[in-house]
Amino acid sequence: MRETDLQIDADGQLLHFLTTEGLHKDLMLSILDTAESFITIGKREIKKVPLLRGKTVVNLFFETSTRTRTTFEIAAKRLSADVINLNPQYSSTSKGETLLDTVRNLEAMHTDLFVVRHGNSGAAFMIAKHAPPHVRIINAGDGRHAHPTQAMLDMFTIRAHKGGFEKLRVAIVGDIMHSRVARSQIHALTTLGTAEVRVIAPRTLLPAGIERLGVHAFTDMRGGLEDVDVVILLRLQRERMSGALIPSEQEYFNLYGLTEDKLAYADKDVIVMHPGPMNRGLDIDSAVADGAHSVILPQVTYGIAIRMAVMALLMGGQAPQSRPTRRTRRPATTGRRRG
Amino acid sequence: MSVPKADPKSRIDIDAQLERMAQELRAYLELDPIMIGIHTGGVWVAEQLHDRLGLKEALGTLDISFYRDDFTRVGMNPEVKASHLPADVGERHIILVDDVLHTGRTIRAALNEIFDYGRPASVALAVLVERNGRELPIQADVVGQHLELGADQHIKLAGPDTLRLDIMEVDN
Amino acid sequence: MGLLIQGGHVIDPINGIDGRKNIYIDNKGFVVGIGRAPKGFKKTRTLDVRGQIVCPGLVDIRARLREPGLEYKATIESETQAAVAGGITSLCCPPDTNPPIDTPAMAQMIQQRAWRFGMAFIYPVGALTRGLKGDLLSDMAALDESGCVAFSNALQPITDTRVMRRAMEYAASFDLTVLLHSEDPWLHGDGCMHEGEVSTRLGLPGIPEAAEIVGVARDLALVEHTGVRAHFCQLSSARAVAMIAEAQKRKLPVTADVTAHHLHLTDQDVGSFNTQCHVLPPLRSLSDRNALRRALKSGVISAVCSDHQPHEPDAKLAPFSRAEPGISGLETLLPLTLKLVEDGMITLADAVALVTSRPAAILGVDAGHLGVGATADVCVFDPDAEWILSADDMISRGRNSPFLGWHLRGRVTHTLVGGKIVFSRSPSD
Repeated sequence: MRETDLQIDADGQLLHFLTTEGLHKDLMLSILDTAESFITIGKREIKKVPLLRGKTVVNLFFETSTRTRTTFEIAAKRLSADVINLNPQYSSTSKGETLLDTVRNLEAMHTDLFVVRHGNSGAAFMIAKHAPPHVRIINAGDGRHAHPTQAMLDMFTIRAHKGGFEKLRVAIVGDIMHSRVARSQIHALTTLGTAEVRVIAPRTLLPAGIERLGVHAFTDMRGGLEDVDVVILLRLQRERMSGALIPSEQEYFNLYGLTEDKLAYADKDVIVMHPGPMNRGLDIDSAVADGAHSVILPQVTYGIAIRMAVMALLMGGQAPQSRPTRRTRRPATTGRRRG
Repeated sequence: MSVPKADPKSRIDIDAQLERMAQELRAYLELDPIMIGIHTGGVWVAEQLHDRLGLKEALGTLDISFYRDDFTRVGMNPEVKASHLPADVGERHIILVDDVLHTGRTIRAALNEIFDYGRPASVALAVLVERNGRELPIQADVVGQHLELGADQHIKLAGPDTLRLDIMEVDN
Repeated sequence: MGLLIQGGHVIDPINGIDGRKNIYIDNKGFVVGIGRAPKGFKKTRTLDVRGQIVCPGLVDIRARLREPGLEYKATIESETQAAVAGGITSLCCPPDTNPPIDTPAMAQMIQQRAWRFGMAFIYPVGALTRGLKGDLLSDMAALDESGCVAFSNALQPITDTRVMRRAMEYAASFDLTVLLHSEDPWLHGDGCMHEGEVSTRLGLPGIPEAAEIVGVARDLALVEHTGVRAHFCQLSSARAVAMIAEAQKRKLPVTADVTAHHLHLTDQDVGSFNTQCHVLPPLRSLSDRNALRRALKSGVISAVCSDHQPHEPDAKLAPFSRAEPGISGLETLLPLTLKLVEDGMITLADAVALVTSRPAAILGVDAGHLGVGATADVCVFDPDAEWILSADDMISRGRNSPFLGWHLRGRVTHTLVGGKIVFSRSPSD
């Protein structure tokens, strides 16, 4: 079964959120629109809505990431769900409990939604494939494969600043090879109709056949940044040096670190985004990170709304549909169903 | 999905009703109320009343999608809009406006949402149509018209340019 | 006392037989006549196989039985039974058992276990280096004495080129065959599938073709230097095929095989993390697959094997990179090879040769033919039988196959080992 078929039901509704690849454009837009309506909730006196009251959300983080986990936790709590955070110790070599055993034990505790972070590509898909029908899975990052909520947050940020996608040139800079965020961004951007998506990195950090994902690959910042409207920087892990992928921090920063000089190749209204945490002086120069084009901080505030939107879209309508009552039907001409 | 049939003969002219509601609501003006309409029909009615009463404070709008009691059954409304309340509702008097009061569940959800913004001094409910079929102990303070409808009849407000009430038979 | 296999279409590439003939088998389990009954043949039993193909029992150049060491996956008993259900009467067991086959005792133990069950015959492959560790040579001559037909380091790389050179030289001294899984371990790295668009899409670490090319290049240079008889196992890339072809042209003593699954699947079949397609070497591109098919036709590759690796279900219920590689392939070796006939790639006689006489020739074993005097290891199959591979019907303990649900054509009806019917399937099964 294809991953994208597993996350969508026969009516085109989201069952799981595993990847941005293959998602319909309308569905992506409805995630963004729904998130928009959740933004206001964070500004209220009581920052909670009762949508997921009585539901249990388990943050199952095999890889620790306090930042991402916290965002999901706040999102679930603002939707009134009960939240459990788990960081299971699990290793491939131990012949004990398998990944699925771990998940099944938690399912038995009436979990409704798993938010899964795992170091191996395909982990969330595998869990979703074997989950009972009432359980929902959100992929909060699997190996190098996908990090769809982060990508949708980035799309939200781009739309908030640029209005839409059709006229945009977007460049993603850095370690594309090891980045699940980059892959999810590429699928989201191309689906949303972005005019041009570019990736910029030395060949050692560009995975084979990346162009087949619908992007233009550049190895130099001058050509890659020319006239772009959005620059997305990826975090470079310092251990890449030992893998013989880049020679030194200094050389990387000289060639690919975003400085004001390099940013001058881009459009004058360019925005600069970074999924964080930033490596100042490696991925980005402080002057750019704190400069007028940077939208790095506001992104964090949108993260909760995006995760609330995805959770709300997944959890709605999940109970077995009872016989349609009169009230669930409504005239086709009204936008709303009313009680 | 059943297809409702509009019956032209059952159309109701609502201008007179709006005028009557505005008359009644004038009694509340001394409380300096905030008017809040419930998306979508309630906002249309509220806009009319807001005009007729000449309220200075901007009209508030409420989308109760996040407070619906049937969310887990029917899911997220794809056209959910953000709620916008004009000012802090704490200790203020509120006129909540909807188009049709039927089961009372929408009003229950709306009250819950308003209370998440703060603790109002009072809430009055104004509806264009009050029909039979209540499922909760909720009643309107100001009513445009009372209607007795069959279980298979459905009334809806069309708008927003010209407001019009249509009664439809819902096929089962 | 004798068995008559009557009315079948006999295909025996070694003896040039391709036609309807009777086969006469005596009570000692030898073929005593083909076509005409030998003088004094007393028939006690007749196997009527009209409309079916009768060929030598299949010789599988590589099948893991999981015993000793991984009996929770499968055993010699369970897998030799699965083998005969797939028409395989002889199979080679790689040395990566636990402990490895690096002592005569281990080699003998495995053969004796197989004899006890009387199903498929096992030819053990001895370890090229002690403990497969890649540093010290194993006692090759003694292992040869105790029945090892060839020597290999299985999937464990011999990274020290000097050790590889010595191992080849030593094997050449005693006219032994080495089986090579040539791959550069550093280029393999943490890879778990073919490096290309699909691995990029899925975010899975890739294994570039260069890993195989560099490995084959190094080993070919050493083969040329040492003169050892070398067999390259499970080629996966077009470029490696071309290198072997070039070496054969220069009369180097090299042969090569391919697995049945590499002839039918590509990296696209990994789809969305289908762990059943996690195999080593990885499934590569369509053009690689097509090159492998052409190499069968040209003769550069002279054997198709199952590379059978039975697993317990949990082994595949893991994220792709953590799922254990390998396919349970004994029962699909024949139909997948026959599928190449259906696809117009090779003739039926070629298909039979690729799983019988040619692998037997690579190993230098007396199997894979039906001449008078040969041991009566026979496979009878219905070439027109259509069936669907289902986990429930598999005999192997491992039900891990990417071909589950595939419509296959050609199914074994009878298998004879040493003249004894060890497997039969009624047409209604």
